[in-house]
Amino acid sequence: MEKTAVFKGKFLPYLLLVPQLVITLVFFYWPASQAVWQSFLREDAFGLNSEFIGLENYQALLAQPEYYKSMVTTLVFSSLVAALSLSIALLFATQADKNLKAAPTFKVMMIWPYAVAPAVAGVLWLFIFHPSLGTMARPLRLMGFNWNPMLNGNHAMALVVMAAVWKQIAYNFLFFLAGLQAIPRSVLEAGAIDGAGPYRRFWTITFPLLSPTTFFLLVVNVVYVFFDTFGIIDAVTGGGPAGATTTMVYKVYADGRLGGDLGGSAAQSVILMVIVIALTAIQFRYVERKVQY
Amino acid sequence: MVEHRRWNDILAYAILILGVFIVVFPVYVALIASTHDAATVVNGNMPMLPGSHTLENYYRAIFVGGSRASREPVGHMLMNSFVMAMGIALGKIVISILSAYAVVYFRFPFRQTAFWIIFVTLMLPVEVRIYPTYKVIADLKMLDTYAGLILPLIASATGTLLFRQFFMTIPDELLEASRIDGAGPFRFFKDTLLPLSVTTMAALFVIQFIYGWNQYLWPLLITTQESMQTIVTGIKKMLTTTDELAEWQLAMATAILAMLPPVAVVVFMQRLFVRGLVETEK
Amino acid sequence: MANVSLRNVRKTYPGGFEAIKGIDFEIGDGQFCVLVGPSGCGKSTLLRMVAGLETVTSGEVDIGGRVVNEIEPADRDIAMVFQNYALYPHMSVYNNMAYGLRNRGMPKPEIDTRVREAAQTLELAGMLDRKPRQLSGGQRQRVAMGRAIVRQPKVFLFDEPLSNLDAKLRVAMRVEIRKLQRRLKTTSIYVTHDQLEAMTLADILVVMNGGQVEQIGSPLDIYRKPATTFVASFIGAPPMNLIRLSGDEIRAQFAGDSRSAAETGILGVRPEDLAISSEATADGGITLNLTVEAIERVGAETFVYGTRARAEKAVSATPGELPEGEVIVRIPGQDAPAIGASIRATAPRDKLHLFSADGRNRIDI
Repeated sequence: MEKTAVFKGKFLPYLLLVPQLVITLVFFYWPASQAVWQSFLREDAFGLNSEFIGLENYQALLAQPEYYKSMVTTLVFSSLVAALSLSIALLFATQADKNLKAAPTFKVMMIWPYAVAPAVAGVLWLFIFHPSLGTMARPLRLMGFNWNPMLNGNHAMALVVMAAVWKQIAYNFLFFLAGLQAIPRSVLEAGAIDGAGPYRRFWTITFPLLSPTTFFLLVVNVVYVFFDTFGIIDAVTGGGPAGATTTMVYKVYADGRLGGDLGGSAAQSVILMVIVIALTAIQFRYVERKVQY
Repeated sequence: MVEHRRWNDILAYAILILGVFIVVFPVYVALIASTHDAATVVNGNMPMLPGSHTLENYYRAIFVGGSRASREPVGHMLMNSFVMAMGIALGKIVISILSAYAVVYFRFPFRQTAFWIIFVTLMLPVEVRIYPTYKVIADLKMLDTYAGLILPLIASATGTLLFRQFFMTIPDELLEASRIDGAGPFRFFKDTLLPLSVTTMAALFVIQFIYGWNQYLWPLLITTQESMQTIVTGIKKMLTTTDELAEWQLAMATAILAMLPPVAVVVFMQRLFVRGLVETEK
Repeated sequence: MANVSLRNVRKTYPGGFEAIKGIDFEIGDGQFCVLVGPSGCGKSTLLRMVAGLETVTSGEVDIGGRVVNEIEPADRDIAMVFQNYALYPHMSVYNNMAYGLRNRGMPKPEIDTRVREAAQTLELAGMLDRKPRQLSGGQRQRVAMGRAIVRQPKVFLFDEPLSNLDAKLRVAMRVEIRKLQRRLKTTSIYVTHDQLEAMTLADILVVMNGGQVEQIGSPLDIYRKPATTFVASFIGAPPMNLIRLSGDEIRAQFAGDSRSAAETGILGVRPEDLAISSEATADGGITLNLTVEAIERVGAETFVYGTRARAEKAVSATPGELPEGEVIVRIPGQDAPAIGASIRATAPRDKLHLFSADGRNRIDI
């Protein structure tokens, strides 16, 4: 798509582009290429000396069991958050879509957690499930459940998943509701006339028609879990206990900052970049297909 | 459909009320915690009704800071967060409306190249390139400055794409009418394009304000002085006093304060928020 | 006030598509020129070249004795009314009209006088503070007109300005535009695909097809003597009946005419020139034996659709016009033959048109 009516102008367009291009080059391309370059270097702790070591950082990384562990953690974390937040949001959205008078009110009440910072969401959930002072910890213990996310890796994972899901429901709810409202009533009415009950109608008509939204949200959710949940993890568990909640992004941070292993951290960044670009490519292919509908 | 209408409605309400409960519960607990004194909060059996220390807690949080660890007053952090969020939102609007204007309304050599240079930034969030970006900021002597907090976060294509998409919906005839009416590129931008873009700008503002306000990793990394801390990073630091008992009632008051501005933006500008969210994700 | 001359004007797009293939004509001072043709014929492109919104590949566009090829639209002293009006949605009616004048640095009091005067003329006086979205379609159209009038330009350009209005309003506005133009005596160029609009508005009618001019003339001249089969079928509704004839038929029909030596040709006769008659014509006109297939009664007149008898099968219509062998007869009143009836339609010789076999030339009978 291109405009046919345009202005002439030799210098003006470049002038208009300068601010964005300068900021993009200085704060995006320069660091991104530095990350790639650094992943081939070994630097001493003070950053004074560096030597080119080729793929050694990558080899070292791939020899680390912790790295694979962070991959698995990321996978588990993403699947849990995506599956839970999508299905819960879909449940709420279908109920709100039932033409209830109160739907707009419910909508506002459901979507505001989007505005809560991930780190803040993490702190809220940590407080509720804090092993010693949390409101929920006591009932859990009374039920004979030895709840302790500070020591138990699975408990820690459950906690960050809860916080991440809580925050993401808002976004998914909004898009599912929009998707549901875009389905023509007449199609559902035709289904009803054809003898399909509400349950059957949902699975045979609504859900398939909603699949573009679902797929779009799936990709968005995975990207969300990869990056936006950093704040939650740092606030709730700091990647622990014993690395049980260290995702790939968190490891980039932890290895670079706490460990001072900049080359290794850069190599991880590069691998992450490749993953994100692949995810984005999938998303674009899907968007292109959607355009053709 | 007509079948089981009553039942259906009751069930729907029940599910939705449950949903609202889940959504509200953590914030309610935080709100309650921010009204009790430290001892009540940490004993593990906090009442679910407001206490009597509300004013004291919020006063201390905003003006004094967590006393034991001599933290920065939250009032100041709020200011930092506000400057950062405004800087990111406004900065992004300005640079992206200009670049979108160039890309859509002009033909010039390397136009496609420029567009792709901007477009590629969509793919890589700041999190994957934090240390190199940190180094750039350090080299530019921008650590602990607002510029350092803001600039790397506006280096992205979302705004440009949003404005480009909007500009494409403006009929060509409007530009042609302007040209016949004697308006050049500057006048067309000022008199026609800007007024028409107000809603789009507002939608982008809402989204970017929330995005900027909620930043965590980046400010955590590049602010070393307490006086530059934002509220979102500040809460976490209140809780990392491992030696002493963390002051949870103050942390919760701070959490409430940290949520208030972006949540208010979503609730009061719901329509713009939804529009911004839907359009930036296309 | 000004003449507008186009001298061998061409437009080729970068892709190689030739939108305008060399056009020449002149519009006299104060005349109302209508460009008419099917969509894609290049009429809008030509208008936009006069406006300066499209570049001219070769040839000259001359407004008031000045070649304006390289001059910006704003400096050509023209005003344009767009099909979708292109009103500035965020400006009041007043500002929509005043904008162009302000950009030219006109003093405020004079702008005010002009805008109020135009508003008076167009019955917009009570709406000056409204935004375009608060107006009806017809009112928006008038604002677009007002924006053109206040400029007092040398030339008005209209790009299908009435096509977004409903049928009734379109007729009313058509009359308004004509009255206004007569009073202001501003040279105007008006683009439309509606032949009725073209006929009623034009001083000079330019019929275009495929980037070329098919015929230029007064509307009635063009109606009476279409130069090509394209013009013949485009001007007039329902379209002229076109019947392909063999050389023998031509010689038989137009015996004694020296120019009828062509091998084959196309005979044209307008539906309104045919009459249903009980006997064949004697004066060298034509007689068509038809079987009635369909009847359309529109009140004041009736359209009879008939097919010619098998014996006349050698005579066939040009492709793209009526189905082979179908003829429309337009008769006054509501009395019509029954469907399936055999009728005889006749036309006198002086109502017949003859074209060369390719349809590109008119042959005088």
